[in-house]
Amino acid sequence: MKTMLNVALPKGRLGEKVYAMFEKAGFPCPSIKENNRKLIFENQDVGVRYFWVKPSDVAIYVERGAADIGVAGKDILDEYKPDIYELLDLNMGKCDMCVAAKSDFVDDRAKTLTVATKFTNIAKAHYASLGRDIDIIHLNGSIEIAPILELADVIVDIVETGTTLKENNLVVVERFMPISARLIANKANFMFKNEQIEKIMSSLLEQTEK
Amino acid sequence: MQEFDRVLNGTDKAVFNLRALYGSFGYKKYRMSKFEKYDLYAKNKDFLVSDNVITFTDTDGTLLALKPDVTLSIIKNGRDGGGIEKVYYNENVYRVSKGTKSFKELMQVGLECFGDIDDYCISEVLYLAVKSLDAVSDDYLLLISDLDLINEVLSATGLSDLGAKRVISYLAEKNAHGIYSVCKEENIDEQKAELLKKLVTVYGDADKVLTELVSIDLGEKVKISVCKLQKIISALDSWGVKDKVKIDFSVVSDINYYNGIVFKGFVSGVPSSVISGGQYDNLMKKMKRKDGAIGFAVYLDELEKLVSKNAEFDVDVAIEYADGADVSAVIKSVKEQGKSVFASKSIPDNLTYKTFIKL
Repeated sequence: MKTMLNVALPKGRLGEKVYAMFEKAGFPCPSIKENNRKLIFENQDVGVRYFWVKPSDVAIYVERGAADIGVAGKDILDEYKPDIYELLDLNMGKCDMCVAAKSDFVDDRAKTLTVATKFTNIAKAHYASLGRDIDIIHLNGSIEIAPILELADVIVDIVETGTTLKENNLVVVERFMPISARLIANKANFMFKNEQIEKIMSSLLEQTEK
Repeated sequence: MQEFDRVLNGTDKAVFNLRALYGSFGYKKYRMSKFEKYDLYAKNKDFLVSDNVITFTDTDGTLLALKPDVTLSIIKNGRDGGGIEKVYYNENVYRVSKGTKSFKELMQVGLECFGDIDDYCISEVLYLAVKSLDAVSDDYLLLISDLDLINEVLSATGLSDLGAKRVISYLAEKNAHGIYSVCKEENIDEQKAELLKKLVTVYGDADKVLTELVSIDLGEKVKISVCKLQKIISALDSWGVKDKVKIDFSVVSDINYYNGIVFKGFVSGVPSSVISGGQYDNLMKKMKRKDGAIGFAVYLDELEKLVSKNAEFDVDVAIEYADGADVSAVIKSVKEQGKSVFASKSIPDNLTYKTFIKL
């Protein structure tokens, strides 16, 4: 039997696109397209096992070796700093990490800035690089309402099209970090399953460069 | 003859194997006190795996710490100019576990070699690292890298200090696209950027990597570094372990402490490195020592994930005797077995045994 390569894919549209690339790379798993609630799919003939996980958990599966490789957003990698290899920028799922605020917001440097965000570490690092004194409010969702309810002066969040911001009367103050999906690998397994991972890498690189 | 197999779990056996191995190469056991002055760690925080330390006040008011690390204590207690000194240790250290974010007591085994470190010393330590992996698993690899070589390549490309630092952190991630973007920002020409990228893309089989490295044309200093690495690899060939060693420049340790050869050991089935080490002359200098040094630590807590299951049965024989049974009869029966025995008037549900005897 072949050694199985374990791949963690982020649930959702991005994950489906990524799977299509893996399929092209010679690692198909037809059962994944069946419409059901299963989370693990394997194809023993080519030696691959895919599983769907929450996008923000992909890096954890890979770091702990449950997955050999996976695809995760740069935002997650920068926020949690997992000890993994970041092998490729897939140039997909592109967006920006932004500071956004109400349209009439003016930064008063005499005051501590209150920042609401899901990305505590990224926000901290960003404002530390500016030497700005901040207070952080960690939220898990609906970040956009924080400035409206005056819970925070600004928010730090991912902005793709900006529609949600606009609908909530917020504007982008600053785009400070471009984000895209990355191919990541567990440091130990990268060595032990090198041949398979290299094969996927070179095919994915070819596909992203097209 | 005692039946040690039953008593020792996988980690215990690994510890004994490693101690025997290091002893057979003249490394002396180094024993130290549980506590150390907190000062020692405060000055060298970045050297520690986790920067949290358990502290307490001694009766005279001195702030003490439970050792989070062994190397610093050995350096502090050593003396320069004593020729080559080889020691190994087997100590408990206290560190914050990444998962639970709380303190844990961990068993650590490692070795250090101090003095005028030459190619033989380096190759011997690398050989012992390979043999340590061999003692715990059949499927393992030692990745080695050379910080001096990396530094020479970086300075030959003309990157700024900040740029070089960023490239090193990208190297650790095998992040070629990151290195490209730094080169672009710093207007490094395409050709040199390609050479830098080689540090990521060229890895694996030592001969293959060395051939690629020889072709890098970045001046005399880089060439000298490549030559030095070549010598180490050929020494490992003489030890007979070259095929278990891979060159990989993603192994980059903090250059404030380490220099020259650094390495990490991996065994199949454990998701992170189980051995980490290298030359740390820079740490020695920081601690006002003139000697050179090289060493490594084996992370036994990581190895636990690999440890084979314990013995199939808790005991060979379970003897259940009736309440009020004649004690001397029970003793006689226990002695007759000559194997591991659990005797009681009621056998616990969770005890596993091969044979059951009811008296």
